[in-house]
Amino acid sequence: MLPRQVAANSTTTTSRTRRFRFNWVDGFLWFIRVAAIITIVVGLTGTIQNFMAGQGPSVEQWRDLFVSSISTGAMYGLVALGYSMVYGVLGFINFAHGEVFMAGIMVGWIAATIMFQNGLWDGNPFLALAIVLVVAMVTSTLIAVLTEKIAYRPLRGSPRLIPLITSIGVSFFLQYAFAGLFGVGLQTYPPPPGILSRDINVFGVPIEGTKLLVILVAILAMIALWYFVAKTKTGRAMRAVAEDKEIAGLMGINVDRTIITTFAVGGAMAGVGGLLWALLFRNVQFITGFLPGIKAFTAAVLGGIGNLPGAMLGGVLLGLFEGMGPLLVLDGLGIPAVSQLKDAVAFSALILVLVFRPSGLLGERLGSEERA
Amino acid sequence: MPLLEIHQLTKAFGGVQALAGVDFHIDEGTIVSVIGPNGAGKTSFFNVISGFFPLDSGQIIFEGDNLAHHEPNEITRRGIARTFQNVRLFPNLTVLENVMVGQHCRTKEGMWGTILQTKNQREEEALIEEKAKDVLSFFGTRLTGYRFDQPAFMLSYANRRRLEIARAMATEPKLLLLDEPTAGMNPRETAELTELIGKLRDDRRLTVVVIEHDMKVVENVSDRVVVLDHGVKIADGHYDEVSTNENVIEAYLGRPAEAG
Amino acid sequence: MIEMRRVLRLGLLAGVSMSFLGSIGMVETFNERTLIDPILRMGDLFFYGTLLTIAYFAARGEVNVLEQPEVEMGTGTLTGAGVGLVAAAFTSAFLVLIDSVNVLEFFPNMDQSMIQSLTFEQGIPIGLLLLGAASVVAGALGGLLPALSDRTRKSIWLVSGWVISISLLEVVVADIVESRTVIRAIYAPGGGLRLWSAAAIAVLVVVLSRRYEGRFGSFTTRVRESDAKSRLRRSLIALAVFAAIVLPMLLGGILNELLINVSLFILMGLGLNIVVGLAGLLDLGYVAFFAVGAYGTAVLTSPLSPTVSPELNWWVALPVVLILATLAGLLVGTPVIRMRGDYLAIVTLGFGEIVRILLLSDWLTPIFGGSQGIRRIPGVQVPFLGEVGGTRPELFVYLTTIFVLIAAYISYRAQNSRVGRSWAAMREDEDVAEAIGISTVRAKLLAFITGAIVASFAGALFAAKVGAVFTNSFDVLVSIIILVVVIVGGMGSIPGVVVGAFVLIGVLGGPKSPGLLQEFAEYKLLFYGAILVVMMLKKPEGLLPSVRRSRELHQDEMSQDAWLDRDTGHVLEDRLET
Repeated sequence: MLPRQVAANSTTTTSRTRRFRFNWVDGFLWFIRVAAIITIVVGLTGTIQNFMAGQGPSVEQWRDLFVSSISTGAMYGLVALGYSMVYGVLGFINFAHGEVFMAGIMVGWIAATIMFQNGLWDGNPFLALAIVLVVAMVTSTLIAVLTEKIAYRPLRGSPRLIPLITSIGVSFFLQYAFAGLFGVGLQTYPPPPGILSRDINVFGVPIEGTKLLVILVAILAMIALWYFVAKTKTGRAMRAVAEDKEIAGLMGINVDRTIITTFAVGGAMAGVGGLLWALLFRNVQFITGFLPGIKAFTAAVLGGIGNLPGAMLGGVLLGLFEGMGPLLVLDGLGIPAVSQLKDAVAFSALILVLVFRPSGLLGERLGSEERA
Repeated sequence: MPLLEIHQLTKAFGGVQALAGVDFHIDEGTIVSVIGPNGAGKTSFFNVISGFFPLDSGQIIFEGDNLAHHEPNEITRRGIARTFQNVRLFPNLTVLENVMVGQHCRTKEGMWGTILQTKNQREEEALIEEKAKDVLSFFGTRLTGYRFDQPAFMLSYANRRRLEIARAMATEPKLLLLDEPTAGMNPRETAELTELIGKLRDDRRLTVVVIEHDMKVVENVSDRVVVLDHGVKIADGHYDEVSTNENVIEAYLGRPAEAG
Repeated sequence: MIEMRRVLRLGLLAGVSMSFLGSIGMVETFNERTLIDPILRMGDLFFYGTLLTIAYFAARGEVNVLEQPEVEMGTGTLTGAGVGLVAAAFTSAFLVLIDSVNVLEFFPNMDQSMIQSLTFEQGIPIGLLLLGAASVVAGALGGLLPALSDRTRKSIWLVSGWVISISLLEVVVADIVESRTVIRAIYAPGGGLRLWSAAAIAVLVVVLSRRYEGRFGSFTTRVRESDAKSRLRRSLIALAVFAAIVLPMLLGGILNELLINVSLFILMGLGLNIVVGLAGLLDLGYVAFFAVGAYGTAVLTSPLSPTVSPELNWWVALPVVLILATLAGLLVGTPVIRMRGDYLAIVTLGFGEIVRILLLSDWLTPIFGGSQGIRRIPGVQVPFLGEVGGTRPELFVYLTTIFVLIAAYISYRAQNSRVGRSWAAMREDEDVAEAIGISTVRAKLLAFITGAIVASFAGALFAAKVGAVFTNSFDVLVSIIILVVVIVGGMGSIPGVVVGAFVLIGVLGGPKSPGLLQEFAEYKLLFYGAILVVMMLKKPEGLLPSVRRSRELHQDEMSQDAWLDRDTGHVLEDRLET
């Protein structure tokens, strides 16, 4: 039996390292590496020059941008957990996870609006938020578990592209089901209760209340998840099933139930992420899940798919890339209206990671069947 | 000069040393068997030679050129073909198509010829089909006639093994690496295949390296036997010498317990 | 025996589904179309049809799809009726709830008109009784179905299919048969078949199917198994080409527009078929190549193209566009060469999105027009006919048909050639393909480039037809729709792509354009999603699969028999035939 280290390279279909022989493909890839590095360096220099000359964003604006990026990144990280866990256990990309995320925000919006109307929202904001959190988590978990039962379980054991394609179908279905139910317009959450809109002083740095809350909630959720996965019996079962489904089954673990749990936990985390989205962006629409979903997947791969701390790290890093990248690098290159390109930066990060380091920063953790 | 010369071939997978400095050579037109207990590194040996895995160090000199670090398809084009321990056919392609694919590296018609249906393309296609049928006829009538259009997954186990050899033969190799070709076959099929391997050398003038566990096959088919254990060559010679070699026996059976 | 638990469970499922269909407004919208006047409206068909289907499965029991269960008529009917009852109960409760609580703020479709549409316009409480009665009947019918003989079931299936199809295709029929009297005789003034015409069709179908029973089945088998060069195949292809030539002359402008859309999707489907179906590379960013073709043509031919404006003739621009497409194929293909399938899918999706974002960006507006796009793209100059563009759809459709035929020819030739075999080998087992001497690098790049070129044809045609390009025509939705078309039609199968495009794009509509039935517009993507999931679960090889693909996906069902029949020669072949 080959030891785990092999997995690091086996994300390519054929594990090979090229040495000494020139090859158009590798040449092209080197060219991309070099181009990327040059772009970043030149861009950064440009930005620094601007900054020195007093142009561009001020220190406070940079700081706020940094905090924003981290909080958005924390949210991505939570959603990324779902992708990571499902990939680690079943070996496919669950396209519909973005919609699981969106579902939580949508239904949470109902709860928030009701509470706003009867005064609870402003009266007892933390209780209100807690209720929204629970509603979002329950909804997301429900949707996740349902999709597993209906669409993915019958496909257990199929070549991995089949459940991927199915999940695309599920994603569409969910998007337009919600569009049918809620209408296609943008639904807005009630404005955040007063306390959160103010800046709170943390070690002398003023951070906006909402963003601080987001980061705190994310940290708490991660700790809860870590505890669950590392310390509880179910968590151990999840890790065993992720490692080797067959053997875990032979050891007496109920594989089906554990997989359901995996989806459920991933869904719950997405629900938390949904609350965070609601706090940060305050609106939701049936297509809200699509882009963040892909970005969360990018985060999962960035950190190392199957690897939970990696997902969180990947999320934060991605938040920084897309939040600060355009302004840090592209602006320095003289490109106008860089914020439009935010998503392109995120996608570029996805491509660069998958081309150059598909095992991610912290290494991937795949089941025995998925290791090439 | 030997057809294939290997110097100090080394390959490790993480902590496991699959090959630890193996030297090997084979002369043209001979059959050499590679044997050894499980985990000895035999399949890794094939994998590295055929380019499936890159080697850590060493030289693979085939017809005077060092093939280390070449891509597998390049190595096949140079003339080394192989089969797999756990038969890896293209299950949904027909028998004939499986073999015709083997001709890919010996032919060149591309998209233009295909679209324009040039005379060259049509001739080449006909030639490919003819050569494939010829290769299949090497196995008698087992894989011919109505079998041509059967998808490969429908074949019996023994036929699948034969098809895999046929596919490798279709690449017109000079050196053929057969990985446990008779595994899972009954005595009659094994005897038949042993004879066919001999014919590969005699009629088709191929040089063959065979990984085998069945000692009868080894005895009947080999000109020479090489023994690997734990990634190291521990014997190299005629079957009679090797089968009575103490180190070899120890590798398979272990050292007898010390008395007293 | 009647299993209460199952009845309850499935009844609840049916109730939820029905309430869902009502909640999204689908029943209401679809009821605007009458299928059979005056008894069957399309909304009700879906509403009760869902129930019927679920009741069918309830009565059938949890059996393997391949086996035919023995269901007793009485049991089946009762089970189905039970399901109907439970479903009706749930739905009624739901409607009562909606009636009393105003949820319009959250669910804009759950209004009084929804309630009306679900209760035959009678409202609560009378309507609920009607709902209950109809549900029980529909459920009972559904439960009865498994108990019937195969022949009867098949007849029912055929009759329903034909009646519904002819009813839905009213617009097409009306366009072709230009006699108002004939149309009025068959169809009711408000739309939908007249009762007598529906009955007549039913009788005709039953009579014909009984007479030619079996012959049609063996015919399709013969077609599928027929050799590519056989006369059968050739005559079928000739027939298709003939239809392609004659049809546009019979249809009016609007339907020809639809035909153009369908053709463009066939074209792109054929291209994606090469990448996904033949070479096994799941490209979710295929729309990027389409964009290269469209924007390339726009920049090169339009006088309004900012910065670069050579104002070339469409035909002169085409080779340039092809070169651009080749470069794009290389650009996308090279980084993904060593990636495994699912990562490749996501990366190509990323590429597609990046292209769209860049086209939209302010940064590249000087070349691509940004959010304003590029307008005034001239049509295609055709000798004797002048400029042919979107204003003359009845002529433009021939242009697209020609390119479709070219693409079909390329696919067909590629499939059975050295190139096609190398793709098939690579798709089956990439590592072994390499070991056999196939350069997977070259094979993959060739697939990407060929696919890119075909897509760019479609893009160039699209630009000339619409006369303008805007970025919102090039988002990921398009890539996915093309994928659905290919999968539903049958991956790797050329006729499959054609059928898939006609059925999906023609009836449901494309991502940005309507299909035959306007009512579907809001819900088409919902259907696309559902269809994709159902296909993947039930028939992943598609509707008209290539023989190879259905082998691939049902391998486990077939090869077990192969083991039992080792070397028993023709016996195996005969078993295949049944």
